[in-house]
Amino acid sequence: MSASRRSRGLWVAGLLVALLVAGVGSWYASGSPDGLEWAAEETGFAHTAEDGAAADSPLADYAVAGVGSERLSGGLAGVLGVAVTLLLAGGVTLLVRRRGREPAGAGD
Amino acid sequence: MHVPDGFLDAPTSVATGVVAAGTVALALRGARRELDERTAPLAGLTAAFVFAVQMMNFPVGAGTSGHLIGGALTAVLVGPWTAVLCMTVVLLVQALLFADGGLTALGTNVSLMGLVAVGVGYGAFRLLRAVLPRTRTGVLTAAGIGAFLSVPASALTFVGLFALGGVADVPLGTVATAMGGIHVLIGLGEAAISVAVLGAVLAVRPDLVHGAAALRRPADLARRSAPAEVGVR
Repeated sequence: MSASRRSRGLWVAGLLVALLVAGVGSWYASGSPDGLEWAAEETGFAHTAEDGAAADSPLADYAVAGVGSERLSGGLAGVLGVAVTLLLAGGVTLLVRRRGREPAGAGD
Repeated sequence: MHVPDGFLDAPTSVATGVVAAGTVALALRGARRELDERTAPLAGLTAAFVFAVQMMNFPVGAGTSGHLIGGALTAVLVGPWTAVLCMTVVLLVQALLFADGGLTALGTNVSLMGLVAVGVGYGAFRLLRAVLPRTRTGVLTAAGIGAFLSVPASALTFVGLFALGGVADVPLGTVATAMGGIHVLIGLGEAAISVAVLGAVLAVRPDLVHGAAALRRPADLARRSAPAEVGVR
């Protein structure tokens, strides 16, 4: 019983860290081009990048359309992304998992 | 590392899409062996955590940045098949909602960060686990090296795809040098973040870490089991 309580503790702590990183920490992230963008510019194929079909998404480039403050907009986008990812990935893994109280490692 | 639309031609994108779809189909079967009532909620959280940390670009040298891929870390935490599913969800959300990584390039990105990063990272981890001491330090060392290798491996796989179907006509050698060189540096960041996160989880719940099964000593298991279950074992 104490194990399941500590499991919940780990889960809540992990979610809080994820929300803080995405909602607050991301403001301080480096805005420099990433490794691929840099290499594409250095070697001369960056210009072949095209805007994808999602470029008009209200959340494109980690900003919420219509929110004036850049900081708030980026933070909100991060929190929304964490929530959607948690719901989708949580849903998939809950659907796929072994049901019931099979002993741990029974399928290994 | 997120590949935008346009870098690779249509046949290459279709081919990586087929590879990605096949990998996800296999992962949906394989993950069933890794996920139970205890570990499934942790897997969903791990995906959300990877999404968050991928937003934290860290500076790499002058005018360049990198961010965690997270494939190796996720595989060690929740198992390789589950990691493929987690990475796919992260990349899907990034491409569809945030326009980070192209839509026609989604198969490419799943192949690079879901399949190659997870496969190389976890493969190296398992190989090293076999030769390193069965201690927490051994697990962390193996995970750190696996995480490090996963990044240049993904980058060089992109170079391979670029050789097959890159739209621009640029010398392949310079692309390989630039991609490989910068991603060796980013790999050091990948290793540092992966070891820090794994170390924190190992400190509180080593029993929930897929890749640390050998650390579960019989004495620990007996202590954690309810008294009624001890007789059965």
